[in-house]
Amino acid sequence: MTLAGTIGILATIVIILLLSIPMGKYLYHVFSGDSTRMDHVFHPVENGLYRLMGINASSQMDWKAYIKSMLLVNLVMLLFAYLIFRLQGSLPLNPDGIKSMPWDLAFNTAVSFITNTNWQNYAGEQSLSYLSQMLGITFLQFTSAATGFVAAIAFLRALVNNKSRWIGNFWVDFIKIHTRVLLPLATILAIVFVGLGLPETLAGAAKVHTLSGLLQTISRGPVASLEAIKQLGTNGGGFFNANSAHPFEDPSALTSVLEIIAMALIPTALITTFGMFIKNRRQALILYVFLTGVLLVGTFVIYSSEASGNPMVSHALGIYGPNMEGKEMRFGPALSSLFTGATTAFTTGAVNTMHDSLTPLGGLIPMLFMMFNVIFGGKGVGLLNILMYLIIAVFLSGLMVGRTPEIFGKKIEAREIKLATLALLVHPFIILVPTAIALITKAGTSPILNPGLHGISEVLYAFTSAAANNGSAFAGLNGNTIFYNLMLGVVMLIGRYVSIIAMFAMAGSLAQKSIIPESVGTLRTDTWSFGGVFLAVVVIVGALTFFPALSVGPIAEYFHMWIG
Amino acid sequence: MTNLWRSIRVTLVMAVLLGLVYPLFILLIGNLAFPFQAAGSMIKFQGHVVGSELIAQQVNTSGLFHPRPSAVQYAGNGSGGSNLGPTNPALIQEIRNNERALNVLPGTKLSSIPTDMVESSASGLDPDISIADAMLQVPRIAQTTGLSQSVLGSLVRRYETGRFLGIWGEPMVNVMTLNVAIKELMKK
Repeated sequence: MTLAGTIGILATIVIILLLSIPMGKYLYHVFSGDSTRMDHVFHPVENGLYRLMGINASSQMDWKAYIKSMLLVNLVMLLFAYLIFRLQGSLPLNPDGIKSMPWDLAFNTAVSFITNTNWQNYAGEQSLSYLSQMLGITFLQFTSAATGFVAAIAFLRALVNNKSRWIGNFWVDFIKIHTRVLLPLATILAIVFVGLGLPETLAGAAKVHTLSGLLQTISRGPVASLEAIKQLGTNGGGFFNANSAHPFEDPSALTSVLEIIAMALIPTALITTFGMFIKNRRQALILYVFLTGVLLVGTFVIYSSEASGNPMVSHALGIYGPNMEGKEMRFGPALSSLFTGATTAFTTGAVNTMHDSLTPLGGLIPMLFMMFNVIFGGKGVGLLNILMYLIIAVFLSGLMVGRTPEIFGKKIEAREIKLATLALLVHPFIILVPTAIALITKAGTSPILNPGLHGISEVLYAFTSAAANNGSAFAGLNGNTIFYNLMLGVVMLIGRYVSIIAMFAMAGSLAQKSIIPESVGTLRTDTWSFGGVFLAVVVIVGALTFFPALSVGPIAEYFHMWIG
Repeated sequence: MTNLWRSIRVTLVMAVLLGLVYPLFILLIGNLAFPFQAAGSMIKFQGHVVGSELIAQQVNTSGLFHPRPSAVQYAGNGSGGSNLGPTNPALIQEIRNNERALNVLPGTKLSSIPTDMVESSASGLDPDISIADAMLQVPRIAQTTGLSQSVLGSLVRRYETGRFLGIWGEPMVNVMTLNVAIKELMKK
């Protein structure tokens, strides 16, 4: 570890937190119905879109109508992208002559992008035409981020409703997040990215005679426009196979820092938005402190592990230094470690280093972050998970001190606890059961690259990533088989929609409850001690559920590496 | 049914807006403002495009700087890392092979070789090498090309890029820049 590296990590986190506060306030104003200064710019555009789409912007929805619209439009978009991938070989904008995708891979890819996972069983430069990258990938990277985001906003409205079932209009929220947040930010970031070296062209791959007189084919394409929303929308699905490790996706230390900030911006800002919705800044502050603390501890565990290198290499070859296998020179160990921590905390799934080649502890932390699924988390759904854990924590501490559990003035009753428990348990279930199935079948084990304990980690990582809708991988595992395309596809769908539906059902009942004024009997959730309980619940439920699986994967490999 | 029809309309309008209008707008502005970067930072030497400044290429002569080892043989249309895990015997073997293939002069101390010089990059196309890596290659290039070690050493120093703002990234040097500079010197 170097001083510069450490300061670089801390400085990036500080910038993220400083930007998250004004961003969170802006999001609150856009979605709480306040009028804003920019209304005269956005209103005409939005009204035009409403007319084109046949949307009545003044109607209100209850939780069932809201989620029905959400699920239906997600299904239509899923089919749309599936068709594009299946037909790309005969569609325009395909200068490199890419073939159409087979059905299982197209299913996996369409599911992966509609669920905001961005797991990639294909290599972008070899398997997707420019049209697919734009009309399939870039398009879904916007809309899947928007879907998660509006789900969180609708839940927040339900939380502060006083006996009203209306939680907003899905279509209006869905359009507004595009016109007022994602499109403007992505446009600015994409143009900056082109300036910093990301290609943006429709010309096919360049064929060059190199300085040594050899032939080299260099893939390129509309990269910058995809990269901007890939990061801003906590998507993570890269244009190229190597993702943000590819010099065209992430050409310098500066672009990497921008990419880290971009993926962290909205999930961290939502904590501020949450605090403003419930009119309790202290609650937001406490969440910021505990979540940032976990992010920092995890990142520095990765950093110190990567910086101290691989003792087996030193022992066998007499070479000493940080673990640079699967890392890029321009990022070095520090920015690689921060990117790894951030991409799994914010469940983005972009990588600027090959996670499969991380040291055991360096690979343990990203797995753990995805298992928690709550260290800020992905766009919108991260906040939903935080709220789910808060409700569980309130219930548990209510039991301990013998008070009626309530959160933000709303009574937590059997229905809410059942739904929160469902949302909580589905995550370990869809990680551990499929991992076990994969490990006892030939279809599951033959695509493993690395032998021994690390091979178990590859499979565990894959299902954790799919369930958390993350998308990063221990990429040695060859996931492009019918078995993995289908298994991972189904896990991504369950991981995305079951918890959203459960949380919406809870929103439906919370919205109609009256707000009880605070009294001396109220268990306060905006205290440091409650923050500690919240963290303890996350760690106990998260870590202990997965401890047996982790101990035969990265933990055992750690001892193997150091003891030999 | 109204909802299904509306969902289809929303999908089509948004697909055109986000999947066509947005990227084509970036394409337009990007190419007007930054034509060099937008096309992939292609470098010309003696009037011919010889590669991208950002993409490592295979070097098979000892008279030029070599980039970091690549698990994909520098395939500009097939990026990727080795994905070998830290305790995989194949990783040790791969690093040993990279070490043998290292084109450094005999007598170079093993312990002076930085890990980035023998461990494969993440993309297989890493365009940069560490200063230590570059300096270890200087004697070999001097021997092959006849350029003096001090000229080559100062070339490395001239094109060295430090950490961004002193805190982000690592000190390093771009291999394409160095090799074009060597070619220019050889021409004289």
